[in-house]
Amino acid sequence: MFKTILSRAAQGLITLFILLTITFVLVRLMPGSPFTEERKLPDHVEQRLAERYALDKPITTQYFKYLENLVIRQDLGLMIKRERTVKEIVVQAFPVSFTLGIASIGIAILVGIPVGVISAVKKNTWIDYSSLTVAMLGICLPSFVIGPLLAIFGGLSFKSLNVAGWGSGTDWILPSVTLGIVNAAYIARLARGGMLDVLSQDYVRTAHAKGVPLHRIIWKHTLRGGLLPAVAFIGPAFAAMISGSFVIETIFQVPGMGQHFINAANDREYFLIQGLVLFYGFLIIAANLLVDLAQVALNPRLRNT
Amino acid sequence: MEIRFSPVSPVSVAGLYDTLPTKSRAAFLNLSRKILKKIAASQPSFLQLPPAMRILSFITLTLTSLFVLSSCQKEDAVTVANRENILILGNSNEPKGLDPHRVSGVTESKILRALFEGLIQDHPTEDFGTEGGAAQSWTSNSDKSVWTFKLREDGKWSDGIPLTSEDFQFAYHRILNPDTASPFCEMLYFLKNAKAYNTSQLGYILCGLDKNFPVSWEEIKAIDFGANDKSQNQLNAVGLDHLSNAELKKIRAEVDTFEWPAGPTLQTKQAILDRLIAYHDDGKPDLWSKANVGVEATDSHTLRLTLRGPTTFLPQLTKHFTWYPVPKHAILKYGKGEMSAYFTGWTDPGKLVSNGPFQLKSWIMNQKVEVTRNPQYWDANNVKLDGVRFLPIPNLYTEARMFKDQQLHITGGLAAEVIDEFKLKHPEQLRQEPYIGTLFYRCNTQKENGHPLTNPLVREALNLTVKRDKITQLILRGYTPASSITPPMDSYQPPKGSDYNPERARELMAEAGFPNGDGFPTLKILIASRETARTMAEAVQAGFQEDLGINVEIENKEWAAYLTAMREGEYDLAAGGWIGDYLDPLTFLELWTKGNSNNNTGWSNEQFEKLLVESGNTPDIKKRNALLFQAEQLFIKDNVIIPVAHYSRNYLIHPAVKNYSPLQLDNHPYKQITLEPTPPVAKPN
Repeated sequence: MFKTILSRAAQGLITLFILLTITFVLVRLMPGSPFTEERKLPDHVEQRLAERYALDKPITTQYFKYLENLVIRQDLGLMIKRERTVKEIVVQAFPVSFTLGIASIGIAILVGIPVGVISAVKKNTWIDYSSLTVAMLGICLPSFVIGPLLAIFGGLSFKSLNVAGWGSGTDWILPSVTLGIVNAAYIARLARGGMLDVLSQDYVRTAHAKGVPLHRIIWKHTLRGGLLPAVAFIGPAFAAMISGSFVIETIFQVPGMGQHFINAANDREYFLIQGLVLFYGFLIIAANLLVDLAQVALNPRLRNT
Repeated sequence: MEIRFSPVSPVSVAGLYDTLPTKSRAAFLNLSRKILKKIAASQPSFLQLPPAMRILSFITLTLTSLFVLSSCQKEDAVTVANRENILILGNSNEPKGLDPHRVSGVTESKILRALFEGLIQDHPTEDFGTEGGAAQSWTSNSDKSVWTFKLREDGKWSDGIPLTSEDFQFAYHRILNPDTASPFCEMLYFLKNAKAYNTSQLGYILCGLDKNFPVSWEEIKAIDFGANDKSQNQLNAVGLDHLSNAELKKIRAEVDTFEWPAGPTLQTKQAILDRLIAYHDDGKPDLWSKANVGVEATDSHTLRLTLRGPTTFLPQLTKHFTWYPVPKHAILKYGKGEMSAYFTGWTDPGKLVSNGPFQLKSWIMNQKVEVTRNPQYWDANNVKLDGVRFLPIPNLYTEARMFKDQQLHITGGLAAEVIDEFKLKHPEQLRQEPYIGTLFYRCNTQKENGHPLTNPLVREALNLTVKRDKITQLILRGYTPASSITPPMDSYQPPKGSDYNPERARELMAEAGFPNGDGFPTLKILIASRETARTMAEAVQAGFQEDLGINVEIENKEWAAYLTAMREGEYDLAAGGWIGDYLDPLTFLELWTKGNSNNNTGWSNEQFEKLLVESGNTPDIKKRNALLFQAEQLFIKDNVIIPVAHYSRNYLIHPAVKNYSPLQLDNHPYKQITLEPTPPVAKPN
């Protein structure tokens, strides 16, 4: 077990390194530079700034310098267009996205799993069909449709909810519901599938025959096995949710990480892009590791490998 | 991070529960149990549900009841702000910074204008009006090339330290200092020698300006101090000013490795090289004291600005944030004596010292910048607001929703689709005012010979086929049709360019050899996917197709890629726009001079440049405007750009905001604005 974790961690490190290298090259292949502005910078100013960020050096020199700073000084670098460090940006934005991510995943799980389980138990009844239809809608409707709709209906009709903004105690609700609903739909479908699979097993029929009450069969005998596919999905989805969503953040005016991903690419903020990709990669790898552990906990058959 | 809880939030409810006496707690628990049982009874299958479902139902119920409870109690942001006398503004983006010398955007300028005050401040209702700011009075010499400003004796920084002319001198030194690498340094090039200092013209500063130098500048100015692109000699191609110390020393040893013009003697050449080498050996000290830039603090409260030539519109210029003073004492303190240092934190809340009507209170990234009354401001008694809150909202639709939800007073912009709704339902909240800017298409005139765009007839034909009226009416809502690059200003009415005239356009095309568009290559319109750019390009495309029978494709690029393609001349027609920095035609006409880095069309015209130079030597406003008019006529006649529309500033404004008058530059002085809430009315929808 311990060995598995160690080897996963080592694989993770290699993945991160490759990810970083690819990003480093790709961002520099984009047309334009961090100094591309609508009002063109005077040449001598641009040159001075490039020197300051060592962007006038050959790309290999830049790469090794970046690696050196990263590994030896744990320094993610500076932002180019503003006087802030990449670390500052992550430290400021991550807690916001984390809060929102936890709330959304909570909503996604609390809605998705029960709906999925109920549809599986009540297979081919109106409950199943209606929840499946809703789940399908949740998957098909993009968040930039659900978001504004929720903002208008929730924000403008409930006085306690703001249509957008961050700072008042209820501001997390609308964005996390939007983000949660989409994922709840996925989870519901996965949970339904998994449960159906388990519910058709022989041992479940035996349990029915023995006269075990339904809720006991679900709770005790099938839930653990039935949720495996959903759990595998939840890991990466969780990593994605806590690292922010550009759409949700611009619709609800949330100061999270998602907008930095997009803006950093638009502004050619080289170091910020690299830092964010690295951070996101780390989250994904960590979440996958946690999923592996959770699956071991849920599935005894995995414990001996 | 500041977290404000609404009167009833889940957290405060939990706290409320804890404060209840034991008896009430028991009663509360009993009640909830009863409710749950009731639900269970009415829905027999409830108990058969998995526990997770039961928990979920409970949570849903609790949350719903909380919403209902809290919905009766919360006030909206605008009501609270009205009471606290704080103006809330939508401000499109997160500011890049609050250091006036390291930013160049409109977003930042809106905040900076609340914090700082220049020599002259904006007039609340008149575009060209001038009101004393940090300066009490000002005079100029007869040809408007030397201006003297008398500062207020009671001017202070927000920390109580007196504001002196030295702060201005320091500010202009700092923004022009090459080490500061200020993006907007060119705004100060109106000052004498400012450009030479900012671009480190070593030869001119070390030899030309030094009276002790044996020969005059006139005799040596033909030398390649700057880069000479045409020279085969690599050293000349770089120019003496930019060569390294080692290279200069090599030249000093063998003078003829550099190409010199006829004239200077060997001694002169050696003297020049010695000066440059000595400068490098000294470790490249700051040249401010030698550059003799035209800013002088003649005494603690008198500032004399010497300009590169007659500058009638200097008072307009000094309203721009690049001309604001910065606190010398604070910058040097946090910079440890260095004016251009980075990451000194002098603009952080609690550290930023300013001289305007407001001072910085808080700055939470991507959330808000808040400024509050500055009690040290000389005119503090006439500042009506107690603070201004700037919200960075990049999404126009989100901003409009927030406005409807009473979260801000004035929006930063307005999506065209929302305009009709407000025109119909709340016309009093909608404002559409002329804004000093022009939308146009650049024509690439630097194409290979024989390309139709190099033919002025073709360009004119294209210009004649743009339906400006339709585009402004249907797509750009509130914008006005443009046929010139300069929008009309109080003292300057631009020449009239082409109107829609398809017959004449077809004649011109036939004359150019493309009757009915036969044989005309497919042109591309380069656009960046922003706002209405695409719809506008499609309208233009349709016009070309219908009226001239020519094919046009739209090439959509991401912003930086679009800018790069335009700069590198990889386009046929490119959508573009320009917003004036100050109220003068020059801010629009200067663009089209040869080598201007925002020209990008490849067009240049000697007569045009001559007229601009002449206007720069003309102190008489009328004569000067006449010269600029002639220059613009020349430019328009060549159809280098296809003007489409002059900007309009479309925004929503809360009825409580008073004294917010239309201004062409959209620079509203904050101190006159007042908030006068009317008795509550129903929420707009």
